[in-house]
Amino acid sequence: MATKIVMEALSPTMEEGRLVEWKKNEGDPVAVGDVLAEVETDKAVMELVARAAGTLLKQLVPAGSTVPVSSPVGWIGAAGESVNGGAAPPQADGQTDRRSDGQTVRAPAPAATAPTAPAAPTPPAAPTPPAAPAPAAAPPAPAPAPPSPPSPPSSPSAPSSPSVRVKASPLARKIAADTGVSLQGVTGSGPEGRIIKRDLEAAGRSGGQAVAAAAAGPTVRPSGGAAFEDRPLTQIRKTIAKRLVQSIGPIPTFYLTSEIDMERVAEAREALNASAGDRGKVSFNDIILKACATALIQHPACNAWWQGDHIRIWHEVHLGMAVAVEDGLITPVIRNTERKSLREISAETRDLAGRARERKLKPEEYTGSTFSVSNLGMFDIEHFTAIINPPEGGILAVGSITPVPAVVNGTVEIRRRMRLTMSCDHRVIDGATGAQFLKTLKLLLENPLALVW
Amino acid sequence: MATFDVIVLGGGPAGYVGAIRAAQLGFSTAVVEKDKLGGVCVNIGCIPTKALLHSAYAVNLISHDAKALGIEVGGVKTDYGVAMKRSRQVSEQNSKGVEFLMKKHKITVLKGQGVLQPNKKVKVGNEVHEAKRAVIIATGSRVKGIPQIGLEINKTTVISSDEALFLEKAPATMAIIGAGAVGSEFADIFSAFGTKVTLIEALPRILPIEDAEASDVLAKSYKKRGIVVLAGAKVVKATVTAADVTLEVEAGGKTEKVVVEKVLMAAGRAVNTEEMGFKESGVELTERGFVKVNPGTLETTAPGVYCIGDVAGPPMLAHKGSREGVFVAELLAGHKPHAIKYDNVPSVTYCHPEVASIGLTEDQCKEQKLDYQVGKFPFSANGRARASMETEGFVKILRDKKYGEILGAHIVASHASEMIHELVVARENEYTVEEVDLAIHAHPTLSEAIAEACLDSMGRVIHI
Repeated sequence: MATKIVMEALSPTMEEGRLVEWKKNEGDPVAVGDVLAEVETDKAVMELVARAAGTLLKQLVPAGSTVPVSSPVGWIGAAGESVNGGAAPPQADGQTDRRSDGQTVRAPAPAATAPTAPAAPTPPAAPTPPAAPAPAAAPPAPAPAPPSPPSPPSSPSAPSSPSVRVKASPLARKIAADTGVSLQGVTGSGPEGRIIKRDLEAAGRSGGQAVAAAAAGPTVRPSGGAAFEDRPLTQIRKTIAKRLVQSIGPIPTFYLTSEIDMERVAEAREALNASAGDRGKVSFNDIILKACATALIQHPACNAWWQGDHIRIWHEVHLGMAVAVEDGLITPVIRNTERKSLREISAETRDLAGRARERKLKPEEYTGSTFSVSNLGMFDIEHFTAIINPPEGGILAVGSITPVPAVVNGTVEIRRRMRLTMSCDHRVIDGATGAQFLKTLKLLLENPLALVW
Repeated sequence: MATFDVIVLGGGPAGYVGAIRAAQLGFSTAVVEKDKLGGVCVNIGCIPTKALLHSAYAVNLISHDAKALGIEVGGVKTDYGVAMKRSRQVSEQNSKGVEFLMKKHKITVLKGQGVLQPNKKVKVGNEVHEAKRAVIIATGSRVKGIPQIGLEINKTTVISSDEALFLEKAPATMAIIGAGAVGSEFADIFSAFGTKVTLIEALPRILPIEDAEASDVLAKSYKKRGIVVLAGAKVVKATVTAADVTLEVEAGGKTEKVVVEKVLMAAGRAVNTEEMGFKESGVELTERGFVKVNPGTLETTAPGVYCIGDVAGPPMLAHKGSREGVFVAELLAGHKPHAIKYDNVPSVTYCHPEVASIGLTEDQCKEQKLDYQVGKFPFSANGRARASMETEGFVKILRDKKYGEILGAHIVASHASEMIHELVVARENEYTVEEVDLAIHAHPTLSEAIAEACLDSMGRVIHI
């Protein structure tokens, strides 16, 4: 009689585990205490050991799958014993895993190699229907059945590409392919977020702009290809997210402050504006935006969205710029700030801020930012904290540039200095990650020539 | 006085389906119905006419095709009364079925005329019931005559479908005014039972909302069967006596006198909005007389009062009402229901051959100046259709030239009503003509003609 292998609670707080790797292949002999698989819990990677001896008859879930505690992951029994009546695993389709919380994660291709079952021909495995991962719902061990060789993993040809599947209608795909709009940046309004024609019509204009900008401006995109990538949440990141939200509210925010010497930015700005003529002058804020975008490209982890069940890392910088308007504020977006020259940024911020105050912005001009900047320096605010604009992971609060005594090369000098405070969503950005970004930003602003390097 | 989560006013296909979905979602639910459950659809609409149309189909098969099929039948006699009684049994069964479904889902059926009162209350008889979550208006519609031209329904010589469905025998002669789905179906039925039928339509062709080519094929088929089709015709005068009706019909520049035993009024329906406390409870109507609803939520101008089905606006079709019922129930349960695509509601007429369509007609494509391509496949080139001696009709696909989006689809065929859904599914999911063709169609089937029409629209039809 075969014994079911279940996902065990390997730590007191563990509710689910990610099966990182199978250590035994189907058909391998197994002794009690043998390591069957490595499991990543909310705290660490641990070993799942065999509670029965025999042969590993079946791996019910592919490596990489997340499985609730107590759910079956495999069967151990006598070689050749049938487990065809075995419990349907929560995610045996090898494609997606619909968990009880409604989130869907992708399970990568099964890591298991081809079955090493002796001699007997292996019939193709019947696809196993996904079932709700109710731990108690697993049926008892199967009744004896005519012996049959163990089946290979249920989806041996599951695609191994790490890219996230985009749900889109065939019509939407054709239109996207024709117009060059990336489906990955489009929010779907069809069933379960499926992208349909209407969504592309809404995204068409901004998408077209992005394409046009890419063709015109210098390309600095670091990774090529998609505008962003979606990273599945690791167990540790899930636990961080859950615990921190419990502690501080929906967005667990922390703050990082850095004081920046703005002497060289001031000099650069004076020089630029002296030769600007009627091209329009460059503001401190424009330079800060430019530096911020450049730093974000180097630290994509800070240019990211919290998406509930994954984090979206953007490879393009769409900077939101907080603008005070009558009875409120709005954050117009400078698209692809990282590709724009200081002059372009300057012209665009002037235009956007002006139209924001006149309430003439189109929706696509104030949505979709990947990071935001709020500047209260003109109000002589030395230092403040800004509130994150979800789903963005961070926002930068820019204080006033003030002459203060500072130690330079061992002597005290009067220098123009500015305090930057970054608010970080801890679910997305960790302390060190945010600090590294701020350090790069500080270096860029204290040595502004690096911006054109 | 009782309290429910949801009270549905009306037990037709919109109301009872909405009630079942509400009950499934855990709401305590009541349905108010003054007549039989199932509404017009089950009792005096969709269902009994389908029973009669099946009789008509059998009459035509036996009278015209039997010999070729190798069956010698002598002395065929028809009896409308018998067919009518069978249709009543079918309706009865279906109504009982709805009754069973109400019990199964523990839905309370309140018998009587419901009157809406403010604050989500409904009065039935002397009792006032309260809805905690919502009242759903699903009071439906009824037939109406055209009194302006002297054709008030008198239920003897001037009748509506309500009476036609209960006739004991088919009249010798009948004029049917209005050649939409209802008029065209009754023309088919009575013609099969030996009535000399004159089908009169004010618009230039019968089935005026269908594609012009579909209308043409059906008109030809009707004329072949001896039905007189007068399209673009206007009844200028009607003289009603106890024995017959004399109509003066103006068509094609000349006036014709049509004397018939009965006139069947099949033009227009009126919605049921009167004397049910709508106005007093804050439920406003549109200029056209429908209940005014928020199109995104189907909520009326009275908070917590929703409206579905015929009374909520066109298209006045059972399946549209049912979907609205499901939509509102899910909305009330806090779900995000799939938005109803009113431009993707199939339209079906169950005459012989059947006419079914989805989306735009070719004329509409022209009016909207769309860049479209037509694909067409006749059933005369389809093996299954030939084998069944049912080669009338075609499949016509209108696709967008650039991306292959299916703008409209029109089927005239013996089983068009069953075939159209392939294209409804395609359109609902934004499949293009390519995806429809790529799905392998079994051979031999009538449905192959759909794939062929898609191929034809791409210039690579196989079988013609």
